[in-house]
Amino acid sequence: MTELTLPADIKAMSFEDALGELERIVRQLEDGKAKLDDAIGFYERGTLLKRHCEGKLREAQEKVDRITLGGDGTVGMEPARID
Amino acid sequence: MYHARAMTQDFPDSPPPSAADLGYAGATPVAGGNLPELSVSDLSRALKRTVEETFGYVRVRGEVSQPKRVSSGHLYLRLKDDQAVIEAVCWKGTVMRLAVKPEDGMEVVCTGRLTTYPGRSQYQLIIETMELAGEGALLKMLEERKRRLAAEGLFDAQRKRPLPFLPRVIGVVTSPTGAVIRDILHRLADRFPRHVLLWPVAVQGEQAAPQVARAIQGFNAIAPGGPVPRPDLLIVARGGGSLEDLMPFNEEIVVRAAAASQIPLISAVGHETDTTLIDFASDRRAPTPTAAAEMAVPVRAELMAQVMECGRRLEGTANRLLAERRNRVEGLARGLGDPRALLEGCAQRLDDRGERLALSMTGLIRRHRTEVAKLGAGLRHPAQVLGLAYARLDIASRGLSGGVTRLLTDRTTRAQTLAQRLTPQPLVRRAEEGGVRLADLGRRLDASFGRAVADGARRLEGQAKLLETLSYRGVLARGFALVTTADGHPVTKAADAPAGGRVRVEFIDGAVGATLDGEGAPAPVPTPAPPRESAPPPKPRASARPGGQGSLF
Repeated sequence: MTELTLPADIKAMSFEDALGELERIVRQLEDGKAKLDDAIGFYERGTLLKRHCEGKLREAQEKVDRITLGGDGTVGMEPARID
Repeated sequence: MYHARAMTQDFPDSPPPSAADLGYAGATPVAGGNLPELSVSDLSRALKRTVEETFGYVRVRGEVSQPKRVSSGHLYLRLKDDQAVIEAVCWKGTVMRLAVKPEDGMEVVCTGRLTTYPGRSQYQLIIETMELAGEGALLKMLEERKRRLAAEGLFDAQRKRPLPFLPRVIGVVTSPTGAVIRDILHRLADRFPRHVLLWPVAVQGEQAAPQVARAIQGFNAIAPGGPVPRPDLLIVARGGGSLEDLMPFNEEIVVRAAAASQIPLISAVGHETDTTLIDFASDRRAPTPTAAAEMAVPVRAELMAQVMECGRRLEGTANRLLAERRNRVEGLARGLGDPRALLEGCAQRLDDRGERLALSMTGLIRRHRTEVAKLGAGLRHPAQVLGLAYARLDIASRGLSGGVTRLLTDRTTRAQTLAQRLTPQPLVRRAEEGGVRLADLGRRLDASFGRAVADGARRLEGQAKLLETLSYRGVLARGFALVTTADGHPVTKAADAPAGGRVRVEFIDGAVGATLDGEGAPAPVPTPAPPRESAPPPKPRASARPGGQGSLF
């Protein structure tokens, strides 16, 4: 299968929504009531959602910045070192 | 109500300071006025020194009265109890660090030093620290504030926003030093590392509340898409401490900022048992900073497992689905059967039919040909038919002449036979026999006739005799007479015999005429008539009658 690019609507989804829809799709497929064409569509979307979820989980990064306030009250940030 | 009293250091039980003590040793005592003369300034200075040395550090309890912050930043107020008042001042630098913000009527305990203000002949307390007097009072104040803010709706449940499931950026408002931020970062790293923005603030002291409030507002003010990412979630945290230490998080400015925050906010102030007013305004209250981190993010490993599980189920169910469909298709295909087999069967049947068709065609023709041949064979030429007919005629005519001859011969033979059998002998015999029988019958006729005649005569005679006996004449013969009318009709009843009438009376031997004389004739004497012949006996009636007719005799 060629690498499908994530559709915009999935890309915009939060992890929670994507996971929720993925679980719904899995349940629907497991019910076994879906028409074949629908089932294939579901499967493809489920695969994309799974990839999106994995991406969201993969981007976990630890980064700590510290807010700095400029003289005019503007908010900036700089890396913080907390030990 | 407040039994406030000034808790000053006990004045030492030493004698009042002498002038020498006051440092005016050089002054000369005046006679009669042994006291040295002091200038007002000297006295005031002496007083100032005395007061400042003696009351260099005091702790005093009293009720705040008329607090007033002037433009210079200094705070003036009065401490009072029911009997006394003392002026107090809090310099600008100290005001910032005060744990409580003095309010009118608030009972506080202040530490500081006393000094005098010689220009006004006043003394005052310079406040260094201030705290609420007693836990109960503080709590009472907090309770009142909480009630007021709740009445405004700041703590309403419908204001609470759900926390994001997985925030991308978490804003933390806390001290940059200390255990709190470390605890939060550690726990986040354990569960799900995120981008953390730390907004450093003082967490106690005068500056804490405004800084915390400013930080909350500042995070909310960050526009999405700017150089500094806007947090999805805020954590306002502080470690444990005394009630006074936690006071900034009870300040109205902080509570209002938390309530107004558009970004969901977790408050984690103090230990589990501590509750500050910000906890009521926040969207979630965490008992500790660590717990706040746990609320903020899910566990990444669990989510990955969940996603993998979903993926596995997705694959499995899709495969199963396809396999199921394939099985069904195959099953149905088996049900369809092999089209070639169907065709072969049909082709075979077609061949069979074709063959039979061909065969039946030739057979039919052959049959018809045979029939035609048969019929053709039966078809005679007219000449032949005529010949045959002639032959038959010939045979028939020959048969006819032969037959006639034979018939004639036959008939002739039979006639001759009959003729031979035809003789007069039987006739003669029968004539003879008839003659005999005739003669016999003639004899028998004569005899029987004679007998019959004789017989008849006899019978006639008998009958005549019988007739004779049966006739009335017989009766007459026995003595009876027959009476008749003149014209011969028998008279059988007396009624028919009128008196004087003429009757004829016949007797056996003849008749006589008589005339009837009527009734009353004497009854005859009965005499038995002698039987004269073998005539039948008289009839009973006749015998009964003589009585009536006796007179006739």
